[in-house]
Amino acid sequence: MSISSKDIEYVASLSKFELSDEEKKIFASQLREVLLYIEKLNMLDTENIAPLIHPFNITNIFREDKLEESIRREKALSLAPATEGFFFKVPKVLE
Amino acid sequence: MAYEVVIGLETHAELSTVTKLFCGCNTKFGAEPNTQICPICLGMPGVLPVVNKKAFEYALKAALALNCTINRYTNFDRKSYYYPDLPKNYQVSQNYYNLGVDGFIIIEVNNAIQKIRIHNVHLEEEAGKLIHPEEAGADYSLIDFNRAGVPLLEIVSYPDMRNIAEVESYMQTLRKIIFYTGISDCKMQEGSLRFEASISLRKTGKKKLGNRVEIKNLNSMKSVLKAIEYEISRQSELLNRGEMIERETRLWDEIRGRSVRMRSKEEAQDYRYFPEPDLLPFVIDEKWMCSIKDTIPELPLERKQRFVASFQLSDYDADLLTEDKMLSDFFEECVKVVNLPKALCNWIINDLLREVKEKRLDIASLKMKPEQLASLVGMIDDGTISNTIAKEVFSEMIDTGKEPKTIIEEKKLSQISDEWQIIEIVDKVIVSHPNAIEDYKKGKKNAIAFIIGQVMKESKGMANPKIVNEILKNKLKVLD
Amino acid sequence: MKLLSFTALQIKRKILSGEIRATDIVNMLFERIFKIDSNIQSFLTLDEENAFKKAREIDKKVANHESVGLLAGIPIAVKDNICTKDLTTTCASKILKTFIPPYDAFVVKRLKDEDSIIIGKTNLDEFAMGSSTENSSYKITRNPYNQNFVPGGSSGGSSAAVSADLAFMALGSETGGSIRQPAALCGVVGLKPTYGRVSRFGLVAFSSSLDQIGPITKDVSDAALLLRVIAGKDKNDTTCADINVPDYLNGIGGGVKGIKIGIPLEYFAEGLDADVRTAVDNSLKIYERLGAKLVEVSLPHTEYAVAVYYIVANAEASSNLSRFDGVRYGFRANNIKGIDEMYCRSRSEGFGNEVKRRVMLGNYALSSGYYEAYYLKASKVRNLIKKDFDTVFEKVDCIVCPTSPVPAFKIAERIDNPLEMYLSDIYTIPANLSGIPSISIPCGFSREGLPIGLQILTNYFEEAKMLQIAYSFERNTDFHLIKPKL
Ligand SMILES: [Mg+2]
Ligand SMILES: [Zn+2]
Repeated sequence: MSISSKDIEYVASLSKFELSDEEKKIFASQLREVLLYIEKLNMLDTENIAPLIHPFNITNIFREDKLEESIRREKALSLAPATEGFFFKVPKVLE
Repeated sequence: MAYEVVIGLETHAELSTVTKLFCGCNTKFGAEPNTQICPICLGMPGVLPVVNKKAFEYALKAALALNCTINRYTNFDRKSYYYPDLPKNYQVSQNYYNLGVDGFIIIEVNNAIQKIRIHNVHLEEEAGKLIHPEEAGADYSLIDFNRAGVPLLEIVSYPDMRNIAEVESYMQTLRKIIFYTGISDCKMQEGSLRFEASISLRKTGKKKLGNRVEIKNLNSMKSVLKAIEYEISRQSELLNRGEMIERETRLWDEIRGRSVRMRSKEEAQDYRYFPEPDLLPFVIDEKWMCSIKDTIPELPLERKQRFVASFQLSDYDADLLTEDKMLSDFFEECVKVVNLPKALCNWIINDLLREVKEKRLDIASLKMKPEQLASLVGMIDDGTISNTIAKEVFSEMIDTGKEPKTIIEEKKLSQISDEWQIIEIVDKVIVSHPNAIEDYKKGKKNAIAFIIGQVMKESKGMANPKIVNEILKNKLKVLD
Repeated sequence: MKLLSFTALQIKRKILSGEIRATDIVNMLFERIFKIDSNIQSFLTLDEENAFKKAREIDKKVANHESVGLLAGIPIAVKDNICTKDLTTTCASKILKTFIPPYDAFVVKRLKDEDSIIIGKTNLDEFAMGSSTENSSYKITRNPYNQNFVPGGSSGGSSAAVSADLAFMALGSETGGSIRQPAALCGVVGLKPTYGRVSRFGLVAFSSSLDQIGPITKDVSDAALLLRVIAGKDKNDTTCADINVPDYLNGIGGGVKGIKIGIPLEYFAEGLDADVRTAVDNSLKIYERLGAKLVEVSLPHTEYAVAVYYIVANAEASSNLSRFDGVRYGFRANNIKGIDEMYCRSRSEGFGNEVKRRVMLGNYALSSGYYEAYYLKASKVRNLIKKDFDTVFEKVDCIVCPTSPVPAFKIAERIDNPLEMYLSDIYTIPANLSGIPSISIPCGFSREGLPIGLQILTNYFEEAKMLQIAYSFERNTDFHLIKPKL
């Protein structure tokens, strides 16, 4: 699995990174190396093996539909890089 | 050139739980901006979700009501995309093991029954609300996260609809079913019920589906229908010009009545679904599923058909009655008391509904109880009061919730059926209207109507019309 | 200065007996920190004010013979990817430079409830992504035994601090060995609990299905004490098991007579440093002398662990780190125009290279068309690795092997070769993938005088047995007593 500069641009856009051409080159070669190493997994036959997502199987854990205290709006807004009135503020989002 | 239209619908319904899907924040509509938020629904570092049992069971209930096969093993998946109203920049949803799959609903289009298949039903979290300031040159948007994390049910239909009528019936039927199950208030104006449509055209008789176009931003059933009509004509024009239909997503512009491109296939998003590792999977056993099944009430269509069959109501009346679960429940309560379904139905769909609309009443919390309406209708039937009187009593009942008998006694409204009393009045009228009697003798038969009117007036409407009629007839015979 | 080299349990006894006041210990400790940490660079944030406040509180309680918590008066350091209410939590990243959590992690709340004294937050590889603590955006932590060498990572700050007597105990976190490997390289004890033994609430997520918080301490008894405090059910973490927490100090001295120790051949293959090998071989001889039976076992899928890890961990990381977008908290780049520019510039300026590398790898592995070939395939092999352990634990009580194939390496030696760096976690990663507990204890030194760690693994939730086996080695050796010269 080799990774082209086009691939790098694509994953960078998925990751919301802005990369210089220099960075693209370096990352591409490093990712290529790692992906090459990962190839070794294809030597294994996993046809009838179930994927393991959680180390052990506990199921059906819930909470009741009961109100719990929230945080104060002032507190929440005070953490934000930009606010306006009672809102979080971001650059214009065009629908 | 003739085309077949192929339409599929995606429906989102906010579940009416007290708290959000993964945290204990309030879900109440219309609260002050950003007052129903916490570190969890704001996606702060290190916080973890915990699933609201009520929300999960509501979704399960809906999936069953929509005749889905339930995935006995189910879990949540993360759906990744960046949007400022999506706190974690991934939505916790379901993709690989949807709660319900392969269901269907039965719709009626001009009295023909039809089956629309449901592809899947799944549970996911709502996003926050973006506000775009109107003032000129505003180069920013604002976010209110109160809605973020509210439990959302998504229902994806198969592309089984072929025309506007079917789409309208599908939306109406689905809304009714969801509302009957009591898992959502289905208030479109509050955004708790939303639709997205995908439309494609193909030459009639062709098997292969054409490229489908998705339409978003449809905030009423009307706009869904308008948007689809617009899209059908847009696509057929393109096809007629021999152009290709591009697979894309379009936004409906209600004001201009047209849709505009949002993103093309090339820009289609890569959601990178994978199992949500912060949440353990769910296993739904027979026992649990049955206990949820038991909470599903009789659904609109079955109820309507039962009304027609066992109460001999017209299709139209039964439809009106079952439009709203509360209303049909009210009706059933009445029928239990007096077996006069037709009369009760008329009172409910005419008088009651009118009052409810005019006075913006909530049927669930009416002052007037079903038993009361029942006994009122009973008294008309046994002649205790006339229809005219009943109307007067009825509006009093709506306002005060008093027993009809009480009202009648207080206002001394009960009908006069005592013959001697009526004969007195009749004589009085005959004496005081000699020329009417003259006219009658001259053969003006309709003069009798005038006389009866006078008798009723004299008795303040309380004389039993039947008896008045007989007595008068006899009297006039004698006069002949 | 002697006092500061005491273990947590020893210092706690002295404080409770009234021999010394917590305030004096805290005083000495900060003096030493100011003197020495300019070289070691283990702390990112210090909280003198609250430390002294808490110390005075303890002294008052002791004076009035009030009951005190299990960690009464013990100065403790917390890795900076664990949220502390009203105390900056940066994950050693620019993107969280100014982030002050409005909540405590579950474990931090437990520390406070048990009267420990939180002295500050320790350095790490940005978002715990690394094995050398060189990927911190703020400082490079140095190995107390030789400051030209790395302390290991990602819990390098916590390990170095405990090793250099700048804290009596510390919390670290693991995803692929980030507690055990730096503990080994710094000559201290590091314990990774069973996945689900300790709540992850408030631990800034790297890889949700692998992350665990654990103790980094001066000896095994302290690890037992700290684990007892942080372990147990938390209603805010549904992946945290509802299994009762024993007093791990009870029966810790039970010895290893008759205990069956499995020795996995795959862990003694090429790539294993000669000094490490010698130290581990000697350790096994000691266990034999103490009455344990050595059994050769095989974990055939070990060689795939690193590959599986770099898909699973980074796939989850790519999604866990997408919340850092400059909208609700954290860093936002200046004079940005559109929303997308805000995302891209804030994240590009806010994250370091290793984070970018891993996020991109993760997104690649999840991107359309690759999910099955990468994420799903890796998750299946992960199951094979777990099954390896299941089989072995039918035959033996525990597995003993090296923690790291090599002792500490020189600063900057591996930083430009990610893959080589990744491979230094080869012996620790399998425990994270399968979820079993594992501990690293000091077992010797390299020719260069750098510490070497011995790793002990047991079956799910068998931390008590694991601590007993570790303690019996420690009691019969004194590697844990040989301190760095500072
Ligand atoms: Mg959806
Ligand atoms: Zn919340």
